[in-house]
Amino acid sequence: MGSAWKNSRYVQLAAAMVRTGILGYGGGPSVIPLIRYEAVSRYGWLKDEEFGEVLAVANALPGPIATKIAAYLGYREKGWAGAAVATIAHILPSSAAMLLLMSIVQLLSKSAVVRGMIAAVVPVIAVMIGMMAYEFGQRAVKGLGWAGGAAAFALTFLLLEVVPIHPAIVIALFLGYGAVHFRAAERLRARLDRSRRRKEGNA
Amino acid sequence: MEWLKLLLGFFLANALGYGGGPASIPLMYREIVTHYGWLNDLQFSNMLALGNTLPGPIATKIAAYVGFRVSGTAGLLIALAATCVPSAAVLIGLTSLLHKYRGSKAVKGMTLLVQPVIAVMMAVLAWQMGNESLRAIGIWQTLGIAAVAFWAMAVKKLHPALVIVAAFAYGGLVLSHTVA
Repeated sequence: MGSAWKNSRYVQLAAAMVRTGILGYGGGPSVIPLIRYEAVSRYGWLKDEEFGEVLAVANALPGPIATKIAAYLGYREKGWAGAAVATIAHILPSSAAMLLLMSIVQLLSKSAVVRGMIAAVVPVIAVMIGMMAYEFGQRAVKGLGWAGGAAAFALTFLLLEVVPIHPAIVIALFLGYGAVHFRAAERLRARLDRSRRRKEGNA
Repeated sequence: MEWLKLLLGFFLANALGYGGGPASIPLMYREIVTHYGWLNDLQFSNMLALGNTLPGPIATKIAAYVGFRVSGTAGLLIALAATCVPSAAVLIGLTSLLHKYRGSKAVKGMTLLVQPVIAVMMAVLAWQMGNESLRAIGIWQTLGIAAVAFWAMAVKKLHPALVIVAAFAYGGLVLSHTVA
């Protein structure tokens, strides 16, 4: 009886996802190794290579990464019901804790101590978001080069803050160009090469 | 009506956030604070701070709290579903198709070109939070706390949760006497 309970895929999925949801500090990226351990090492639902492949596919999609992987693993084991169980198990504890914590803070929000606490953390959040901005910016510069990165930043700032256009439209525009970016860059490079060679031929 | 707004707001913020949960933060800010006015700057910052002291994905913690605040349990479920279901359903439904295009230049280019947009949105959000702090606690407290926080997170590589808890302690002990 006890082992039948333990061997149920639903129970395994729920247990694995509750554990990773509670132990994963620092959001998606820090939790992936934990999920890999549960799925590959502990329960052997899939091989390490396959996990890596799924992770790569999931990374190409928008949205939170951990819930995507949880849903995929649940679906792989037990169909759509499994996907629901795994996702809910992964997010339920932290969602409940968040509600509880926020209600306590709200209850105490008249107190000077709590107001001082809330005020003191704003600069920390500003720094944290600033550091994240730097990381995303670094990725952009690494992929586009300094000139391309600077142009992209300037254009984004212009569209978002000066014009201003809704971010959804700006992102859609960048996605649209992104789909042809590497081909366009290659073609540009080829044309530059050709014109350089022609010049050298003339000289 | 609030349900539809929650659905649309959280769907958009997460469908456009390439790069995991954190990429969606400025997009969620845009929907939660700028567009629908469900929270103000200070409340949003406090929510992020407390969210970061808890484990689990940040996007779903935000969705759960804001959804619940706006329209109770139904709101919580709608905001969470709008956050998790679309991308998970696409991953499950199109795994084989996506697998074929995973390494394609088009997909790589799209993922790459979203990074500068997210970076600028985050920089603007950081700037706004800084201004909010200036208004609330003045320039010296803001710069002091920001400098210590930067040193702790960027130089000493301390976990943000620790830095947030330390800031809470400092605020409760010191700023509680000055904040009106």
